[in-house]
Amino acid sequence: MSAAPQKAKPGAEQIPVTVSAVVPLNELVTRFEFKRTDGQAFPTFSGGAHTVVTMNDDGRTRLNPYSLMSDPSDTSMYAISVRRDDNGRGGSLFMHTRVKVGDQMTITYPVHLFSLDLRARKHLFFAGGIGITPFMAMIAQLERMNGNWELHYSVRTEALGSYVDELRYKFPNKVHVYYDDQNQAIPLEDLLDGQPLGANAYVCGPKGMIDWVHATAEAAGWPDAQVHSEEFLAPAPGKPFEVRLCKSDMTVQVGENESLLEAIERAGVEAPFLCRGGACGQCETDVVAYDGDFIHRDHWLDEEQHADGSKIMPCVSRFVGKSLELDR
Amino acid sequence: MTIQFNEETFRDDYSFYNSDWAIKRFPFPFHEDSYMYSVNMEQHRGGPEGSVYEMRFDVDEHYVSEMKDRAMVLADDPLRCQSLPHMTLAGWDLLELIMVSKSEDYPDLFELHRDGDHWRWINKPLGIDDTFTFLDETTLPYGPMEYITRQAQGDFCVLDQRDEMLWMDAGMVTTQADWSLDFDIGMNFFEWHAPVPLAHEMGIFKRALKFLLNIQQGAPARRLNWTMTVNPLLDTSPENYHKWGIQKTTLTPENIGAKQHLRVELQTFFRLPRSNALVFPIRCYLISFQDLVTVPKWGRRLHRVVRDLPVELATYKGFIDNRPLMLDYLGKFDDGQPTSPGVFPDLDTEPPLGNAS
Repeated sequence: MSAAPQKAKPGAEQIPVTVSAVVPLNELVTRFEFKRTDGQAFPTFSGGAHTVVTMNDDGRTRLNPYSLMSDPSDTSMYAISVRRDDNGRGGSLFMHTRVKVGDQMTITYPVHLFSLDLRARKHLFFAGGIGITPFMAMIAQLERMNGNWELHYSVRTEALGSYVDELRYKFPNKVHVYYDDQNQAIPLEDLLDGQPLGANAYVCGPKGMIDWVHATAEAAGWPDAQVHSEEFLAPAPGKPFEVRLCKSDMTVQVGENESLLEAIERAGVEAPFLCRGGACGQCETDVVAYDGDFIHRDHWLDEEQHADGSKIMPCVSRFVGKSLELDR
Repeated sequence: MTIQFNEETFRDDYSFYNSDWAIKRFPFPFHEDSYMYSVNMEQHRGGPEGSVYEMRFDVDEHYVSEMKDRAMVLADDPLRCQSLPHMTLAGWDLLELIMVSKSEDYPDLFELHRDGDHWRWINKPLGIDDTFTFLDETTLPYGPMEYITRQAQGDFCVLDQRDEMLWMDAGMVTTQADWSLDFDIGMNFFEWHAPVPLAHEMGIFKRALKFLLNIQQGAPARRLNWTMTVNPLLDTSPENYHKWGIQKTTLTPENIGAKQHLRVELQTFFRLPRSNALVFPIRCYLISFQDLVTVPKWGRRLHRVVRDLPVELATYKGFIDNRPLMLDYLGKFDDGQPTSPGVFPDLDTEPPLGNAS
């Protein structure tokens, strides 16, 4: 059909926003609040959604995904919490050191890759560190619906426990906090045992924690479909390499600290994307030819596709070798 | 814009008709002289002024009579509307989407006044003025999905999204092309599409699912689908096949122009915000062959498409037995001249009908 052909833009719909608050929570984490620049209401969303923030870092465009952590029913503002990563690629540092109240920024419409299973009789949340953010929105949503939930939140120290006081004050019987420096650990096996039929578990945190929850749940006989996780991968740095873009008829150098997707975009070639974290599948790209080895890091392609070299997810994956040609 | 609503029926005496306005804006589904499946998706963000693509939910001259027909179908068979328990939130999402869209797109017909969760909804064509509390289903006469889809043309499938899959977990389905919500409820995307020929082998559904799972808030999509219906029946359901199936044998060379209808579905897809469900409205448009051939380009093209359609598709769409009769009729409106690309009538530029076969 071609009723009104329009070219699809890469990425989700954009919303121009103004930074309305910058609230340092502790040594590592700062909350940023946004209002819509046009004064309209934000779209509501479901807990677990993220937004991609566009940062203009002295001419270099950075696009980082962050979970929306504000109450989804409050359409007057959006909030994200950003953990500073001094060894990262610079997006979180930019947010911490450069973004001020009153700044104009652009964020995307909510994108949902980590949703509540609304059939669940009970929602069991496991958070590690900054992984608390999607649960802040999920909890607000479930509270409004009289949902049955319980949070187990692991943090390094009391000083680094973002939102611990607020959560404990509001929900003293539902929130359980564990401090690494006091040798406290989530009693996962006990918790997974004895949950009512129809309970669903959700985990957001470091990769090790996600794997631990999945493996422990599986060993305890939980169906995999009732264990949900979200892990955003940041693109890892790697050796520079060269890529040939066949459709665009150009050759691009991928630098040590940029992703293949960023290099393609820098060359002015429009490529689809949504999450920029290896999870959503939007940037899937066909490989035309290659001589070398892929460093696949995504959660999207299956093992067979990783092995046969037919596709690559340029948001997080890289290449080492003599030559790489992509259908882009 | 003011719409004159037709007094008409989609059963018994079949007084359904299209005005000249409705004929010219009919969503003709063939952009070229042949047809094969494709994932023919495009963004649903408006379209040419006055076309069925312009608004988020098109309202036309058939609105009031279609809603009366839906009420009759539901009175006979309440299982045409079902919502599994976890889909109530998606129902509220849908109610909000339709009320906001219609009140913004047709302010002379619909009004929505919101004060927090205290809402007032005015539907002038149907004479409704209700006040209720958003997210409190005890304040509405029906569940939220049923309430609003009794006031919106087209069928509505509300699909839950879990485990990288879509599930037919709620819907209002009274104007369907021979499929049953009661049969499909709770099925996943591949299960409810299982009866479709050829498309599975072509990988159509795998690609379509991937596309649909990725439809984002604020970025709805649409496509067209089509079939053939004898008599202007909205309810061509399997439940009532014994009533309408037999009517396919009543075609004659004399009555085919009036009785045979091209049935087109404008399918749209919207991500729902609170539930992360996907709503899939399927809006049915009917046009008789005799009205359709008043547009010379469409007459030429429909003849060629029906003539060249693979047997499997003509069988699946239920008109293989009537195809010779259709071709005899449509051939009279195909003079062999080339047609312009695209779906629109192009009445000013396409030549009038010359000597046909």
